[in-house]
Amino acid sequence: MALIELREVQRVYELGDHPVYALRKVSLDIDRGEFVALIGPSGSGKSTLMNTLGCLDRPSSGSYRLDGEEIATMSRDERAKIRNRQLGFVFQNFNLLNRTSAVENVELPLLYRRGLSSKERRGIAVEMLRKVGLGDRLYHHSSQLSGGQQQRVAIARALATSPSILMGDEPTGNLDSKTSREVIALFRELNEQQGITVILVTHDPTVAKNANRMIVLRDGSVVADTSDFQVAMRELHQEPAE
Amino acid sequence: MTIWDTFRVAIRALRKNKMRAGLTVLGVVIGIAAVTTMVSIGQSASALVQNQFMALGTNVIVVFPESQQRGGVRQSLTVTLTAADSREIANQCDAVLASTPLVGAQGQLIYGNTNWNANELSGVGADYLLVRNWAMAAGDFFTEDDIKSGAKVCVIGHTVVTKLFQTANPIDQVIRVKNVPFRVVGVLEKKGVDMVGNDRDNIVLMPYTTVRKRLQGSSFDNVNAILVSAVSPTRMNEATKQIDQLLFERHRIEPGKSKDFRVQDTTEIAQTFGIVTGVLTLMLSAIAGISLLVGGVGIMNIMLVSVTERTKEIGIRMAIGASGRDILNQFLVEAIVLSLIGGAIGVTLGTTASVGATLLINYFNPGQDWPIVISVQAAVIALLFAGGVGVFFGYYPARRASRMDPIEALRYE
Repeated sequence: MALIELREVQRVYELGDHPVYALRKVSLDIDRGEFVALIGPSGSGKSTLMNTLGCLDRPSSGSYRLDGEEIATMSRDERAKIRNRQLGFVFQNFNLLNRTSAVENVELPLLYRRGLSSKERRGIAVEMLRKVGLGDRLYHHSSQLSGGQQQRVAIARALATSPSILMGDEPTGNLDSKTSREVIALFRELNEQQGITVILVTHDPTVAKNANRMIVLRDGSVVADTSDFQVAMRELHQEPAE
Repeated sequence: MTIWDTFRVAIRALRKNKMRAGLTVLGVVIGIAAVTTMVSIGQSASALVQNQFMALGTNVIVVFPESQQRGGVRQSLTVTLTAADSREIANQCDAVLASTPLVGAQGQLIYGNTNWNANELSGVGADYLLVRNWAMAAGDFFTEDDIKSGAKVCVIGHTVVTKLFQTANPIDQVIRVKNVPFRVVGVLEKKGVDMVGNDRDNIVLMPYTTVRKRLQGSSFDNVNAILVSAVSPTRMNEATKQIDQLLFERHRIEPGKSKDFRVQDTTEIAQTFGIVTGVLTLMLSAIAGISLLVGGVGIMNIMLVSVTERTKEIGIRMAIGASGRDILNQFLVEAIVLSLIGGAIGVTLGTTASVGATLLINYFNPGQDWPIVISVQAAVIALLFAGGVGVFFGYYPARRASRMDPIEALRYE
């Protein structure tokens, strides 16, 4: 059984009288330990797919099983619980709480999990920050950290609940090329050494190149699902057949 | 998320915006302070009324004669209450401390070439002081022997002393009432004016036997009223029932027939006054409550602004696993903490203000002593009310926060 099983997933937005298909019948499996890049031009539905995989959104129809559990029929609060247990998010603009120290940011997801004392939470947060190389910046506020450091804090926060999947929505979009490489290296390391499944949304080929598998989307459909970077790039740049 | 964690998160969020939190709290502070002040002053007003009734004589019960219906004819006042009734009430009712007959009289007081009209000229028994909770300033009260012999002695109040004797010592002087000479044997302690403004020291007391025989020329034993005091305020009802029962038997009233006496205790009157002040207090509190309402709306307003402003934070928290309930609790607890802080400050301010107001009233009105009432009950109720305001006005913004779509919230800039 694959970690992620999408079957005929559709996402339709009702805009006025016209239904807009953000996703059209997407079916795919992702196994534990994969490093997947979702690529596609803007408006291709990759963000919608990401939100669906991340249990932030619910498919309009179809089935999504995550670790054997059906997400499509879950309530908001049940999905919140799944996000807390199974998923870690890293966003383009970091999304750290401002005026809050790094360690408190990392503790945040643990706050929504039962049965942890504040001491245990602090312990885990410090460990995670050390792991991403910020052991000496525990009490710095986000405004006192560089972009790369902020993204590391965000990664530490995503890892705090030891999720099975780490999701990145353009995680290097706001970083310069050097820090981008460092952050991607961190993702690779987590994937290879700890077996965490990584799913990244990106339009940056140099980021996508690091993935073992590339899923190309266009107009809400998967047009290529390949481990060959060249094939993926060719599909990405092909003009839509009229 | 545990309550304690939620509470800490709320405190931290409020501390990030101290100025705003302070101003929001101000509305509740004013509301709660106004309510507390009004209730405290109202309570001290009713306590004042009660005290005055107490001073009337601790726990006095008055027994009046009542006309009785016989064979369809309602007769005028007859010989119903007697001094013997008074004695038996004191002897047989164990909730009764003391009892005295009361006979009213009229007449001008003459001493030498001065004369004076007393408010009250009464014939009473030897236990009068005990019943009325009064004491002597000089001399002695007349005794049981004086009453038996119908001695021509009297005890006078402070006002009578100043009007008739000026600076002279009144003891053993003789004053005349309706040409009957009475020797002054004692002076009552000064008691001041009652609530209605009557001078309670303008009084002359004589043995009731003397009044009946010498001033009214009657040979009957009947009296105008019997004053009774209960052992303690808590046993007033018991005493009233016992007196009723006793007189019912002594006067051989057949069941179903109307009684020829009426037992009235002053707490009833005090209670009526208490209701009046209670209604006033309630009205003032209601007005003060409106300001609390305004304070609550202020909290709602700020919480709504805060929810909008922190949309992104809400999105982040939801993305990493906060349930709707967690978000709802977070904002609700913030509102409650705000209003509880306001409540605590308000109660402190209000109590201080009411104590200050009472002191001022007493300073400018030396005659009346308004008691200082600090009501723990009112403070607790005010705090609970503040908490209620927080829940009521915080719920809508909190619910709005909890219903946000995490994707939309994350995208919010």
